[in-house]
Amino acid sequence: MPADILYSVRNLTVEYKTRAGAVRAVDNVSLDIRRGEILGLVGESGCGKSTLGKALMRLHTGPASITGGELWFDGRDLMKLSEREMPDVRGAEIGMVFQDPMTSLNPVQRILDHLTETIQTHEPEISEAAARARSEELVERLGIRRERLNEYPHQMSGGMRQRVMISLALALRAKLVIADEPTTSLDVIVEAKFLDLLKELQKEFGLTILLITHNIGVVAEVADRVAVMYAAKMAEVGDVKEVFADPKHPYTQGLLKSVPNIRLDEGELYKMEGAPPNLLHPPAGCRFHPRCPFVMEVCRTQEPAFDPVVGDHFASCLLYQEAGMKQESLHG
Amino acid sequence: MAEPNPITSTPVAPANDSDDLVRVENLRKHFPVQSGFLASLLNRGHIPAVKAVDGVSFTIRKGEVFGLAGESGSGKSTVGRLILGLLEPTEGQVVFDGTDLGSLSPETMRKLRSRMQVIFQDPLASLNPRMTIGEAITHPVRIHITRQPEEGRRVVIEILNKVGLAPAEQFYDKYPHQISGGQRQRVVIARALVTAPDLVVADEPIAMADVSVRALLLDLMMRLKEELNLTYLFITHDLATAKYVCDRIAIMYLGKMCEVGPLTDVYEHSGHPYTRALLEAVPVPDPRHRRKEPMPAGEIPSAINPPPGCHFHPRCPIARPNCSVEEPALRELRPGHFVACHYAEDILK
Repeated sequence: MPADILYSVRNLTVEYKTRAGAVRAVDNVSLDIRRGEILGLVGESGCGKSTLGKALMRLHTGPASITGGELWFDGRDLMKLSEREMPDVRGAEIGMVFQDPMTSLNPVQRILDHLTETIQTHEPEISEAAARARSEELVERLGIRRERLNEYPHQMSGGMRQRVMISLALALRAKLVIADEPTTSLDVIVEAKFLDLLKELQKEFGLTILLITHNIGVVAEVADRVAVMYAAKMAEVGDVKEVFADPKHPYTQGLLKSVPNIRLDEGELYKMEGAPPNLLHPPAGCRFHPRCPFVMEVCRTQEPAFDPVVGDHFASCLLYQEAGMKQESLHG
Repeated sequence: MAEPNPITSTPVAPANDSDDLVRVENLRKHFPVQSGFLASLLNRGHIPAVKAVDGVSFTIRKGEVFGLAGESGSGKSTVGRLILGLLEPTEGQVVFDGTDLGSLSPETMRKLRSRMQVIFQDPLASLNPRMTIGEAITHPVRIHITRQPEEGRRVVIEILNKVGLAPAEQFYDKYPHQISGGQRQRVVIARALVTAPDLVVADEPIAMADVSVRALLLDLMMRLKEELNLTYLFITHDLATAKYVCDRIAIMYLGKMCEVGPLTDVYEHSGHPYTRALLEAVPVPDPRHRRKEPMPAGEIPSAINPPPGCHFHPRCPIARPNCSVEEPALRELRPGHFVACHYAEDILK
């Protein structure tokens, strides 16, 4: 694994057992997260982005299970760790911030107690005073006055609770923070400030962040690279400026055109026809082919590989692959 | 609907020749806060209240899309419910097509209801899970249009086709869980429009939908507006989406209106520091774009004890001493463009 890669996901498959059969929510997905970057993972509901985020911590229980693949995190394959070794990774090495901080914080515990308890759980040798001091210093860095640490979660605003969640990850010096829709329940002004904070933390602490969101604007604002998922597959990955300026996958192209842009004077939004497929019976070939404006005959039967198109810019689309190009020349 | 609707063609309101469909005057809605016995003793009978809507006046013109925007807790949804008569105002009035809603008997109000409909954010919560789509839309048809089953079915099939749920016969017998989220919202739109209303209150109608579905739903709503001569009150927190649909827009903060006017005026020449901050905060789907202005401090305060003077002054970058004392009134800065800020002229410069 190259030194600049912090997390390398290889051929990951996650299945949910349902009464109607097994559903592959993440299907043979590979993805690299580079050290110090903010990687935006976008897609519509049901595309598998949250399932992927949870799988990175092996957080699946119940009907969901990882049925294949490797999870190389900082030099070791997490799939090879025992269940008893995982809690040391979760929280301490990989932090997590969810959409609704109220459900992640204990409602009957003061914020300060939550922070110190978490630190002491992962670092048993640290004194309570030191854990307290570290908590206070951190939350102040995140713009919360230290007196407020004596409050309960419900006394804080949504934006503050989300900053507390981030401070938990920072308190343990996590190498990676997985943030799943962290700003979705926040109002725009609070969201903008939270995103600014993420950027600052990235620089200041060298934090690596996987930002999972449905909000294309949020990704454009903070991410260095972007990964686009569609129907349990990775559709496109690349530098955020490159992907937004020149999207390769027809799904990304449609997605970007259908996002309202307050700075543009376009009269109408692009309307992508159809809807994502039911993953119990995904279409054969490329999963996007029933909605694709450039669909070719070969797309209905052959699944595209996830290959580089130019440099580090990957797309799984036959338009750029040999099988597709052959067909193009036949018809062109 | 092909035949004239018997309800909407019977005037329940005196003829209203003006261009205004809805006139809202000094509307207030205060929700009393539940408090303990001891607290109420200490307060000596003064019951604290959430001032959800606190003195709002505006008009919605026939045929326009009037946007009502603000953050959560600004009171925008409460205004929508007051206009629909789903809530009783604490003070002030709602005049719908010349009729003061407060003066109506329940019976007349029920008849008037067919002329105003609502689309909420969550279609799954708006639809009865045990009722087929056909049954759900048949309900308003039976109440407001016809009691004849065959005729009712014809009306329902027609509206289903109109909202793009075709072939309608196939959707008629399906249950909400059997169709996609976007299709469910189309059902809710169909149910709202089947009585041929004049006004549709759309409260975050596309907020739950996925990006690729949103554009389709907006397009549908705008096409039906033209086809059926509708007027929309479009309630949203999303200023980027509002830009594509609204003719005029009002920005609310803590139960008050801080700015209202034609959309282009409000967006390009905003005269209120809060409007500017909101517009600046909207994430732009372009990685080359960077925010220029700093965001206001803090978060929206409680509507139980809003700050005195201008509600926005504690977070305002240009606040001066008098802002914490004198409440600014809405002033007309340009034709039809009103701003409630003492220093709006300075911002516009």
